[in-house]
Amino acid sequence: MLVLEKNAMTEEIELLVKKYGKSRSSLIPILQDVQRKYKYIPDFAQQEIARLLDIHPVEVFSVISFYSFLNTTPKGKYIVRLCQTISCDMQGKALVAKAIERELGIKFGETTKDNKFTLEFANCVGMCDQGPAMIINERVYTHLTPEKAVQILNELK
Amino acid sequence: MGTEEIMESKGDLRAPISQVPHTIEKPKDTSAIGGMVTVEINEKKLSVPLGTTILEACKLAGISIPTLCHHEDLCVAGVCRICVVEVEGMRTLQASCAFPITAPIKIRTSTPMVRKARKHVLELLLSEHYGECYSCFRNGKCELQSLAKEYGIDQYTFGHVNEPKYEIDNSSYSVIRDMSKCVLCKRCVRTCIDLQEVGVLEAIDRGDKTHIGTFLEKPLADVICINCGQCINRCPTAALRANDPSDEIWAAIDDPTKHVVIQTAPSPRAAIGEEFGLGAGHSMTRELNTALRRIGFDKVFDTNFTADLTIIEEGTELILRLYKALVLKEQVALPQFTSCSPGWVKFIEHYYPEYLDNLSTAKSPQQMFGALIKTFYAEKAGIDPANIVSVAVMPCSAKKFECNRPEMRDSGYKDVDYGLTTRELAKMIKEAGINLPEMPKSNFDSPFGEASGAGLIFGATGGVMEAAIRTVVEFVLGKKTEDIFENANIIPLRGFEGIKYMEIPIGDKVGPVPKLIQTLVPNWDWLKGATLKVAVAHGTANAKKIMDDIKAGGKFSECHFIEFMACPGGCLGGGGQPIPTTPEIRKLRAQAIYSEDESLEIRKSHENPHVVKIYEEFLTEGPCSHLSHKLLHTHYVKRGRYIA
Amino acid sequence: MENKKRKGPVLFSKYTPGEGVKKALSLSREDILFELRDSKLKGRGGAGFPTATKWTIVAAAIAEQKYVICNADEGEPGTFKDRVLLLEYPELVFEGMVIAGYTIGATKGIVYLRGEYEYMLKSLEDYLESMRKNNLLGKNILGKENFDFDITIRLGSGAYVCGEETALIESLEGNRGEARNRPPYPVNTGYMGMPTVVNNVETLASIPHIVTKGGEWYRKHGTDKSSGSKLFSVSGDCERPGVYELPWGTKISELLKLVGAKNTKAVQVGGASGVCIPKSQFDRTLAYEDVATGGSIMIFNESRNMIHILKNFMEFFVEESCGQCTPCRIGNVKLLEGVEMIEKGEYKFSYINQLKELGRTMQVASKCGLGQSSPNAFISILENFKEEIFNGNGGNHGK
Repeated sequence: MLVLEKNAMTEEIELLVKKYGKSRSSLIPILQDVQRKYKYIPDFAQQEIARLLDIHPVEVFSVISFYSFLNTTPKGKYIVRLCQTISCDMQGKALVAKAIERELGIKFGETTKDNKFTLEFANCVGMCDQGPAMIINERVYTHLTPEKAVQILNELK
Repeated sequence: MGTEEIMESKGDLRAPISQVPHTIEKPKDTSAIGGMVTVEINEKKLSVPLGTTILEACKLAGISIPTLCHHEDLCVAGVCRICVVEVEGMRTLQASCAFPITAPIKIRTSTPMVRKARKHVLELLLSEHYGECYSCFRNGKCELQSLAKEYGIDQYTFGHVNEPKYEIDNSSYSVIRDMSKCVLCKRCVRTCIDLQEVGVLEAIDRGDKTHIGTFLEKPLADVICINCGQCINRCPTAALRANDPSDEIWAAIDDPTKHVVIQTAPSPRAAIGEEFGLGAGHSMTRELNTALRRIGFDKVFDTNFTADLTIIEEGTELILRLYKALVLKEQVALPQFTSCSPGWVKFIEHYYPEYLDNLSTAKSPQQMFGALIKTFYAEKAGIDPANIVSVAVMPCSAKKFECNRPEMRDSGYKDVDYGLTTRELAKMIKEAGINLPEMPKSNFDSPFGEASGAGLIFGATGGVMEAAIRTVVEFVLGKKTEDIFENANIIPLRGFEGIKYMEIPIGDKVGPVPKLIQTLVPNWDWLKGATLKVAVAHGTANAKKIMDDIKAGGKFSECHFIEFMACPGGCLGGGGQPIPTTPEIRKLRAQAIYSEDESLEIRKSHENPHVVKIYEEFLTEGPCSHLSHKLLHTHYVKRGRYIA
Repeated sequence: MENKKRKGPVLFSKYTPGEGVKKALSLSREDILFELRDSKLKGRGGAGFPTATKWTIVAAAIAEQKYVICNADEGEPGTFKDRVLLLEYPELVFEGMVIAGYTIGATKGIVYLRGEYEYMLKSLEDYLESMRKNNLLGKNILGKENFDFDITIRLGSGAYVCGEETALIESLEGNRGEARNRPPYPVNTGYMGMPTVVNNVETLASIPHIVTKGGEWYRKHGTDKSSGSKLFSVSGDCERPGVYELPWGTKISELLKLVGAKNTKAVQVGGASGVCIPKSQFDRTLAYEDVATGGSIMIFNESRNMIHILKNFMEFFVEESCGQCTPCRIGNVKLLEGVEMIEKGEYKFSYINQLKELGRTMQVASKCGLGQSSPNAFISILENFKEEIFNGNGGNHGK
């Protein structure tokens, strides 16, 4: 990272620490904000957060690795999370999954080359009565069919 | 996003650590009502203070409960589930290491459910543990092995792994990580983050993918590991071990062209008996000399000699700094920090690089010896230093890193070739078929024959300070140390309290000063009426407290001299010492060291005739002079805290 | 999205926003605790702990700060009732928190909203803002001097295990979501070491009703040991999936009829950590004393393969286990391996029995509820559907 970028990032994190308070209980809100903006939490950011909260970088790394929605490697602009738990599974998630994979040209767990989409499976997202369901960033889509899912992705492209 | 609330924080801002105990504090006065609780364990009644854990209560009752993740030095984890017991009225089994007793309960430690649970837990651990016991360095000393034996595991009910799952990380000079053997007891995590405040290891990922890793999964050499090896001492299996050079040392011993010399430090000598079945606290100094010669070492030297030298050099340095500060009114880095603990040196290089000037430039005794052996000794003995292989037996895993530091080549060669730990030396002795306790006693070799007791006590926390004070008192006050401290034992500096502080008023009378340092400064009157303030810290968590206090301008910023040891207990608790380590064992090792010190005739560094001789013969310009700076002093590296 | 629901007589009964708090503030703390005790309300998250007991302990505790935490980390497969409550009845949930704060002496409330529900964050924040405008939150609420209370919403980040109350608290404190050793319990040592009440969304939503209509009214519904009504989230093979409010004591067969389930082979009550009820037991009642549940009802018809379902559950647990304690971390992997063996048809009965024993050990030796209940599905499906799974009668092997 360039020095200028690093300084900018340090400033951002200092603002976040000011906003949430300098204590360990601010860690996850800070990480969520960084994740929302950059789609991941850069190495340097992790160390700065650790320094400003007076904890160790490995502790920040450990917390990030624990939660599914936080990651240390960049993900795509749209993170597509398709529910794989039994109710959605029974209502046709497998076909929807195949359709999405075909459409984007990647498998679940991967990111498209243009960094637009990341495909992931998620566990029960609480839409069991209207499955198959998927969450893309903060929006939830229900009653999916292969056609409908592909249409949604195309609109986002 | 709505009202942004400032998040809560607990007390001081230091973050709660991963396994912070949420148990109940015991009442200060157990005779008050409710202070003691009567419990029934296996139908035997017992009265214990409120808040005692079931494990502690069972210990009092003489009932043994198996444990794996529990460790006396560390906070409670309760993750292995081996110590589970039945508590009447509760459906689930309870972890005895974590359950505080607050009411009269009935406990059963050996019911069918409990026995089945223990067996299952062990079988589950074995199903993921890449156990190659025959070729493992913990064969015979592994806690998982002992538990499996104790609970009669005779089959791999849930399968077994035949291939290691993780690659071994042997990037570091000191610590090797083999995660295929890890049982996720989290002792290393609690040690590194909680006990040492270094923070290298933590659990990464979730569920069955959980493993212990470093920041960004980097190799150990690339993260801020200070090599203190405390994690090795507490690991129950061989997931963590030290980097063992004994094969290379054997090769050197077997090579007739090589002159292999070894220096032994006081802490290994106090603890090596534990590796041969003796309890803790039996010093094996003289027996070890014989054993080492029989293995094939050409010369056996006493590191305490250079410990004495360190006191002279560092004491002189302190006097010079004080002179500059108090008389010349120059800007000088005070307080002065000791620099003989390589773990501590790396700690300050990473976390407080702006205070590197406070570190004494004197090398550690090991490295001073390395330089002297390949110059002074080589010359005297008429041996080509290129053929000398210099080995150091240390309680320390960080010494392996230290001897490989690029600047440690002042003799023209690598000053110390190998750092060998107590455990590794015990292994070599056994390989040679020698039973150490049976060895006859013999002395060290000349020219570095005898050392004083002051050099010896370096091994215990407070020892360096005590050795320094014994000398400083005589240098500066002109009185005998025994006149101020009974028997020259400076008791306030002893013991295992995290941070110790002491003030020594100097008074009106100063001198006469020994010949060795007479020409150091024009006069000594400036010390009249001053008070020398010193402090001692062991364990890097306490070092951090003192450093943060100094940064904030607190009490310790007014100290003149501070001793820092990276390992809890001082060197006697070092990362290369016999496993296991407990507060009790460290106490016994300290006792062995202090009693060996009392048994010696010479107890102050400046009274050691060999030390005086080396200044007359070799380091003729005196302590802290140009020559001694070249060989016996070093410089440090600002490493900083950024890893990526 | 649509939120189909069937309104029952308790939770979805008539309620005016604000009336709960107003009534509560006119009562004393002891009065409210009395009504709560009278109602015999039990926790609606699945564990079923008597709410009055929890609140009483915290109310009696002396501490400089206490907390009310709303557990909105609804992660149990098949559960979506809290989603409906939060989207359509936030007044019940939040006023429940205010009343809780008043009763136990807390000034701060935290809603732990699961990360997957981030889409409702704005509407919830907006509602809280409107509550502040109406003096239902903030300082001197509704004019009651010295009663301050405010609510913050904290998002989760995709971990089912954070639904466990101590893991939730750990997550709020900025740690990995790893459950704590209990005792001590959150009522003594909770968030930041302070006395904390952690309640499920539905539990809190019941509070305003109990306070306005009385505990006695509440316990008229349901059974003797399971008072009140329950929200059931029904999904799977049925014509009318959705949220149903039914009184405790309803028979499973009644529920199946209500939701239009045909050819039902099995009903998974309580989500992946619940039990699988076979046809022969459909006349069992849904109640704490018989088949308890946090509300998840998943219906499987004759065409479904029970092993496939079990595999789905075990894969869920393997991924969602926090990984700290041995029985859950490795035990779930072994159970999943066992299911895969059965799926392939390569197993020994003796080993499957060993796994069942392991499951029983996990149920008592695991550190938290996740490990303690993950073997439930394993044991109940293998027991109740022996014929299909092992003797090949019906179901599709290897699919």
